[in-house]
Amino acid sequence: MKNPDEQGFYGEYGGAFVPEMLYPNVAELQAKYLEILAQADFQQELQQLLHAYAGRPSPLYYSGYLSAKYGGKIYLKREDLNHTGAHKINNALGQILLAARMGKQEIIAETGAGQHGVATATAAALMGMPCKVFMGEVDMARQAPNVARMRMLGAEVVAATSGSRTLKDATNEAIRYWINNPEAYYLIGSVVGPHPYPDLVARLQAVISAELLEQVPAHSGRPLPDKVVACIGGGSNAAGAFYHYIEQPDVQLIAVEAGGKGIASGQSAATSQLGSIGIIHGSRTLLMQDADGQIIEPYSISAGLDYPGIGPMHAHLISSGRAQVYSINDDQALAAGVALSRHEGILPALESAHALAVLPELDIHPDDITVVCLSGRGDKDLQTYLDYLHIND
Amino acid sequence: MTDLQQFIQSKKEGILNIFFTAGYPHLDSTLVIARQLAAAGVELVEIGMPYSDPLADGATIQQSSEQALRNGMNLAILFEQVKQIKEETGLRIVLMGYLNQMLRMGEERFLQNCRDSGVDGLIIPDLPMEVYQSQYQELFGRYQQAISFLITPRTSVERIRLADRLSSGFVYLVADNSITGKITDDFSPRQEAYFKRIRDMQLTSPVLIGFGIRTARHFRAACRFAQGAIVGSEFIRQLSGGVDDEKIRRFVKNIGRKP
Repeated sequence: MKNPDEQGFYGEYGGAFVPEMLYPNVAELQAKYLEILAQADFQQELQQLLHAYAGRPSPLYYSGYLSAKYGGKIYLKREDLNHTGAHKINNALGQILLAARMGKQEIIAETGAGQHGVATATAAALMGMPCKVFMGEVDMARQAPNVARMRMLGAEVVAATSGSRTLKDATNEAIRYWINNPEAYYLIGSVVGPHPYPDLVARLQAVISAELLEQVPAHSGRPLPDKVVACIGGGSNAAGAFYHYIEQPDVQLIAVEAGGKGIASGQSAATSQLGSIGIIHGSRTLLMQDADGQIIEPYSISAGLDYPGIGPMHAHLISSGRAQVYSINDDQALAAGVALSRHEGILPALESAHALAVLPELDIHPDDITVVCLSGRGDKDLQTYLDYLHIND
Repeated sequence: MTDLQQFIQSKKEGILNIFFTAGYPHLDSTLVIARQLAAAGVELVEIGMPYSDPLADGATIQQSSEQALRNGMNLAILFEQVKQIKEETGLRIVLMGYLNQMLRMGEERFLQNCRDSGVDGLIIPDLPMEVYQSQYQELFGRYQQAISFLITPRTSVERIRLADRLSSGFVYLVADNSITGKITDDFSPRQEAYFKRIRDMQLTSPVLIGFGIRTARHFRAACRFAQGAIVGSEFIRQLSGGVDDEKIRRFVKNIGRKP
């Protein structure tokens, strides 16, 4: 199923497990989002922005290098070429138009690696709306360039100093602020959180696979790809890349999680494999937790993938067998990112490098068409790559 | 009627419910604090089950939870401590925690542990009323656990009635549409108007007011509109320097003092 039921459930996953303080906020959004998304003038404005402002459609690029190495025809869906350098802008533009139509005057968001924060700050600047981005103190230090970008765009970056001071804590702080300031619009960056956010974000990211529906036949002469590959932290680029193929059983959906230093190392973010069912940020899904239900802080070299849960849609796709999940460790991702830079001249985000790194593990037939969602560009990760290559001088 | 409701109904007014976090400031503080509260005349306590991601709590309670978890607090220890508190003090005990803690243990096992250790009721802010109604109401009843639902200034009349109908402990009236621990000196006229609106609805469940209750003035004002009030963050702040029985006794006396 690509959309949840009325209560926001994908099978047993999803829902809206929020404190009563948030009930009116969430209920308001639940009541309005589908109607507003369906309005002709909303769609017209969004499509115009996606095209003229964000640079869509993003190209589908045939990678001769990857195809020769791993077999079949391998294409990259170039979300890295979007304005602000990742798929996150698709969602930020859609939600900010929604917020404006709901009469909201202030935007709040959480961010891990800073990509969603930058996209939101960008959209808020465009709309002339004040914007606060909550970011873990630890992430602020390791993603300093994105903090600077957000400030340049006029957003206020609020340090989350609780817990492990990373993405999950930034999300907690954003939710807290929302409770205290219910008039604000909370612009969530992934297919996580209480219903309707997973569905809302999936619908806004679905533009990725909507374009693929035209691009794949145009490029390959075949209506459908055999495999669609995407990384998942919360899972928004995967949701977008999978969306229009979910009900096409011939298309294999491959989700790639961050294995960190290895699944058994204790330093991993492979949520669907290490996790179990529980509640995180208002959603019932798979999450990493201890025997008492305390949420475990994940680890990945990629700040965009170290989230202890996954979106409920993905929990459902994976546990029902519709999507296959793999995990890729830090060093595999780094190597794949370096290889794409050296052979294709494309520097991928570390998140996207996880999706690339799974190619050698897949059973690819010579006539297969494989699409890898290249969710973002890797400028923000340059220092990490250089450290890995020992190029520091 | 649950034991908890019976107790609140029998007291009728001026009920002081003190919240503290299990295992804070030290792992074994739970019992020490409970003893002192009982000695100071408190009859109802709300014990927080420390959680890693307490969405509905403010900074003060969250920090106490983090400290408690670092101290090694877990549910097995908590249920042992509660059992001892119940046996020694006879306090009415409400546990406050998050849905994931109950799910992880298994709902039935969790509720069984609550009953067996002497817990009277639960507050689970992220358990939606509709989910409770469709999945848990019968189970809570089977293990004699009273549930108390939250209402806020933004809760609709319809949902207030639902909270009243479903609550088998008390209705937890959130004084301000904000997270616990916000510092104000007095209730605003808007808050008082809201308390009055709820009082005039004549709910069948008893009502306790919580969030931002810091002073005797707050407590007295709350008691004009409801059966009592819950003091949380302000009490936690008293404990930050360590558990001091004189300080606890004075705090309880001060909060409950007559003008």
